[in-house]
Amino acid sequence: MSTIRDDLKYTQDHEWISAEGNIGKIGVSDFAQESLGDVTFVELPEVGASFAKGDAFGVVESVKAASDLYLPVSGTVVEVNEALEDTPELINSSPYDDGWIVKIELEEPSQVDELLSPTAYKGLI
Amino acid sequence: MSEIKNIPLRAFHEEKSARFVPFAGWNMPVQYTSIIQEHIAVRERVGLFDVSHMGEVILTGSESVAFLNYLLTNDFFDLEVGASRYSMMCEPNGMVVDDLIVYRLDEEEFLICVNASNAEKDFAWMVQHSEGFDVNLEDQSRDWVLLAIQGPQSESFLNPIAAMDLSALERFHHQKAILAEVELWFSRTGYTGEDGFELFIPSEKAEVVATAIAERAEQQGLNDFYCGLGCRDSLRLEAGYPLYGHEISDVIDPITAGLGWTVKLGKSSDFLGKSALQKIKDEKPSRRVKFYKLNDRRIARQGESIWSGEDEIGEVLSGTHSPILQCAIGSAIVDSGRLGDPSMEVRLRGKSIGLTWVKPPVHLSK
Repeated sequence: MSTIRDDLKYTQDHEWISAEGNIGKIGVSDFAQESLGDVTFVELPEVGASFAKGDAFGVVESVKAASDLYLPVSGTVVEVNEALEDTPELINSSPYDDGWIVKIELEEPSQVDELLSPTAYKGLI
Repeated sequence: MSEIKNIPLRAFHEEKSARFVPFAGWNMPVQYTSIIQEHIAVRERVGLFDVSHMGEVILTGSESVAFLNYLLTNDFFDLEVGASRYSMMCEPNGMVVDDLIVYRLDEEEFLICVNASNAEKDFAWMVQHSEGFDVNLEDQSRDWVLLAIQGPQSESFLNPIAAMDLSALERFHHQKAILAEVELWFSRTGYTGEDGFELFIPSEKAEVVATAIAERAEQQGLNDFYCGLGCRDSLRLEAGYPLYGHEISDVIDPITAGLGWTVKLGKSSDFLGKSALQKIKDEKPSRRVKFYKLNDRRIARQGESIWSGEDEIGEVLSGTHSPILQCAIGSAIVDSGRLGDPSMEVRLRGKSIGLTWVKPPVHLSK
């Protein structure tokens, strides 16, 4: 069974976000990492890059396939998880903690409220 | 489309938490824990694969050897009872129908192990070309469970539960012996680039054998012992072994694929594809299959172009991640005249990535 954390918001594409003030931290769900299998590479965006809600901001690649990562909300990248460059498997071992992918400055913090609740996401998978 | 088949030991693998995927008409275990962990277990210790989807054809009759020499590219005149040999089965135009292993079980009895994806086509091909030979062919694909024990510890793992001394069994040799009171064929063959054994077990008795193997693995405290098709592919690609439909196919002949050693043009019989393959060899193939590693973790997948400057000089045939080298590796078909070009690359999602040709085993390259 996949773990779904209660303190996060989710998307239909299996990303999660946690927001504190105007900063959002984003990763992929436990269900996503299980479906992907062993992650071998993560393509990270440049710090300072801006994306609209739903834009592809990176790629997560496994032995099986390469999958786009979609930004749950609009914003500008303020930090990327550089540990993923050498240890992409953190996405498998710790999808909600050490395997976070980017932090963004939220353009419209209210967009977070529109995302799926843990219960709604559970219904989806 | 015929119905998808289940392997005889499906319940056994479900109990070991296998994840199944449809492959070549069969529901097959693709992974149990992690493709990378299973891969490393086989390189460092020992792992078990169920490859019962593979096809088995039994050939008997007084002209079996003559038939094999006509049907296949390798030379079977000197294949002894108890030995096996890898070969191509080619069309008259030299392209590959399938690659296979022939086991000589007795003077006039052979087991031919073929790819699952080609099993029906292969059997029809063999029957079609057996006309005029005193032979009998029987498709026994559903009668055998095939378990592969692979890895440097294979012999020490299996020896205590096998009623024979496996250390005396040489590579590409087989012998009938008992395991868990079941008589089966032990063959020292595999598809991983490691030492290992393949066990041909009568399907109805396979569960007893699998259970004995599982108990031994538990006693030994082995981790990641159960291995799926996922790591079978990454292991064979690191080892530089071809997979039908990728490095050899109905458009890639064995000479082009670098498997000329399986084509015995000098043997004392005609064979299917001989004149075409002789011509390809004499004229030198215009393209070659080669193995490479990338200077990156991004995987170049089948069909991706290979570039030398602004020239497209080849195409990726197989690509994966090497858990040993921790970079992307693969195979490609490339214009022969461009193999010596100073720098080649693939372009993945807007990034140019340098490619280096390596002689297999890829994972042992510096």
